[in-house]
Amino acid sequence: MEITHRAYADVVVVAPAGRLDHTVAEDFERSLLPLLDPAAGSGAGVVLDFARVEYISSVGLRVLLIAGKAARARGARIAVATLRPVVQEIFAISRFNGVVEMFPTVAAAVAAISPAAGAAYAAAKAPGS
Amino acid sequence: MKRVRFWGTRGSLPVALTAPALRARLVAAVQGARGRALASDADVDAYVDGLGFDVAGTFGGHTSCVEIETGGPDYVLCDLGSGVRPFGQAALAKHGVAAPQTYHVFMSHVHWDHIMGLPFFVPAYIPRNRIVIYGGHEELEFALRRQMEPPSFPVPFGTFRADIEFVRLAPGVRHNVAGMTVTTLLQRHAGDSYGYRFEKDGRTVVYTTDSEHTLAGPEEMQAFVEFFRGADLVVFDAMYSLADAISVKADWGHSSNIVGVELCQLARAAHLCLFHHEPASDDAAIARLLEDTRRLEEITRDGPPLRISAAYDGLDIVL
Repeated sequence: MEITHRAYADVVVVAPAGRLDHTVAEDFERSLLPLLDPAAGSGAGVVLDFARVEYISSVGLRVLLIAGKAARARGARIAVATLRPVVQEIFAISRFNGVVEMFPTVAAAVAAISPAAGAAYAAAKAPGS
Repeated sequence: MKRVRFWGTRGSLPVALTAPALRARLVAAVQGARGRALASDADVDAYVDGLGFDVAGTFGGHTSCVEIETGGPDYVLCDLGSGVRPFGQAALAKHGVAAPQTYHVFMSHVHWDHIMGLPFFVPAYIPRNRIVIYGGHEELEFALRRQMEPPSFPVPFGTFRADIEFVRLAPGVRHNVAGMTVTTLLQRHAGDSYGYRFEKDGRTVVYTTDSEHTLAGPEEMQAFVEFFRGADLVVFDAMYSLADAISVKADWGHSSNIVGVELCQLARAAHLCLFHHEPASDDAAIARLLEDTRRLEEITRDGPPLRISAAYDGLDIVL
């Protein structure tokens, strides 16, 4: 599966793409969990940018649950942002909207987890940066 | 196989519609009728049929008991929850006490809600009836006898006058019962549970309740996909939301509507019936669950449409 990531201060933004179903769930878990290590730059937490996620199944949601538990265990946060309407509906029907923090934009999610990371993200996205 | 009839659909504990809840429905129905022309009985029927099931109906009710009408002379049941009491009354009303019948009963497991109806199953007290109880648990007979011992119950198992047999079924083996081919699958539940796949005349029904799906690896999912493969109907434990089933209620032994849809879609099953409803859910909550599940199927469909139903006491599904 395609997954990219980048650190902004103490938050890592992770951007998977495609369908997060049973065929890629193990890859998704193997890619995501190491990024929860503070050494990866995620001291305050991780934001999952779901703009390019077309679908997420139960096994994909389970990976988010595991990641959330791992993050909370060390006082960090995990959030998802920019969900497509279909994925947003799946979160609602599965009641995962009460399990994982959701934000309309990556910028809002990063800033909510860490003001410093929010500033770094805004600077990186500013025109001419 | 011709049809599946639901006599008990509630998980864990029987529930009943309360008088205040019934009154609230009547008020809602009468308020909705204001200004409508309901001159004929047909007008009234049409109006009532247009009301939501959470107003005009109720999911009930009794704990697990599902009848499979095979087209043959014998009765086939899944589980002996409290729903077997009205089933037994209906069988007696049809045949009387003078015409002996054979009842084949397939037990998912022996937790209380799945066995509590047996002491109230009147055909068991009538001589010359034959009851064959199938299951995968070694302690199946022990559990059914024990629930009728003092101080839990005043009428001992030995009071039954029907001919009662117990047959242990090995998982993964194809058994022939009542003209059907029956296959069982070991499921994840405290003390184990078994799912059943019934096949006859080109029709397939899967009964899979009290079954937790951990989602931890592809092997577990693939086993269920194969078990559900091409089924005309899958009766599925959808007691919890996915979020609850794999977090706060992990290891409680139940599943969700989401996993039911996914497995049926992968197996190309035709019809998913949500079953073993959470006793804390009122009719409105189950109606929302059904609506949500139909919407999920719609937005995730990658093949032929999957029909979705929510079981209720009295539901008939024609195969």
